[in-house]
Amino acid sequence: MKNNSNITKGPRYINPYFGGVLLGLLLLATFYIAGRGLSASGAAKLSVVTVVDKIAPAHAEGNAYYDKFIPTDGSSPLFNWLIFGAIGTFFGGMLSGGIYGRLKKLRIEHSPNITGKTRMIAAVVGGMLFGIGSQFGRGCSSGAALSGTAALSFGGLLVMAFMFGIGYVFAYFFRKLWI
Amino acid sequence: MGPLIPQGIITGQWDFVIALLIGTAFGFILESSGFSSSRNIAGVFYGYNFVVLRVFFTAMIVAMVGLLYFNYLGWIEMDMVFVLPTYLAPMILGGFIMGLGFVIGGFCPGTSYTACAIGKLDGFAFLGGFIIGVFIFAEAFPLFENFYYSGYMGNITIGEVFSISNELVTFIFVIVAIVAFYVTWLIEKKVRKNRTESKFE
Repeated sequence: MKNNSNITKGPRYINPYFGGVLLGLLLLATFYIAGRGLSASGAAKLSVVTVVDKIAPAHAEGNAYYDKFIPTDGSSPLFNWLIFGAIGTFFGGMLSGGIYGRLKKLRIEHSPNITGKTRMIAAVVGGMLFGIGSQFGRGCSSGAALSGTAALSFGGLLVMAFMFGIGYVFAYFFRKLWI
Repeated sequence: MGPLIPQGIITGQWDFVIALLIGTAFGFILESSGFSSSRNIAGVFYGYNFVVLRVFFTAMIVAMVGLLYFNYLGWIEMDMVFVLPTYLAPMILGGFIMGLGFVIGGFCPGTSYTACAIGKLDGFAFLGGFIIGVFIFAEAFPLFENFYYSGYMGNITIGEVFSISNELVTFIFVIVAIVAFYVTWLIEKKVRKNRTESKFE
């Protein structure tokens, strides 16, 4: 499948500035259409709310956080703009991966210096931290840092600055995972 | 004119179709820019690959400048555009925790969706971790409910905090972005000299 020219050229990605312009125009269009920006973490949050509400409805309604996201009209929290956006994100990623030849069998990507198991543990831990942090931050890199800051929200700027800043502060301690 | 949905120009029944289309474009751009690989993303912290900074900052200034012009031309009612509210200490803590999660996990939620989409198990692990994290947060919520709502400043903009105009804020962001593009390009060139591989898939 892979020929030599492919190996020397490396992965086929679009130019990052071009990608950035496309993403910026998409974000602008989203503001123009919906009056708000892009989101990623909201869908996963609503999925958690839905599962807890299904398994233990009394518990969910008794918890001030779950209760915030359970629609009062009795409809499912999944019947939401954010969920459809996330389904689209998954599909769009698959489409791009398919076009550029990256849609392959299940695999773990990791630095050669660590095992696949270490990578999986780090990914779970990183995800957990993001899950907790994005609730305090009122959004993740998409909703708070990118969309928030683009709409000139001060909170969005705080999240962006701390997210990247703290990443650099702790990068040294986790360098074995990556380099 | 805009925003279309809040003004009722596009009716609610189209909401989900539009969300699906916007999401698809979002996922496509993330994946084709290289964000389905955690090793590309983590490069921003170690200097070997600044794709995250390039895409992120370019997108941000394009959208910022775009909103400014849309407003100037009267195409969009800025009062109806959602400005994320600020909760000072909780958002600082949130950014802190996410920064740690970023450098350990190598993804953020949006990029992990695209990693899952092309078959990366570490993408699924990140997403699974994210769901556990939200669950832990929600279950423990009564313990820090007061903190969660503390430091509320309303839907305040950067310009309002520093008493400068939104035009000036946007201009500063553009300048900072351009300087960052140049400086990181120099750093990347230097770091890559000692590496055999800096782009991954």
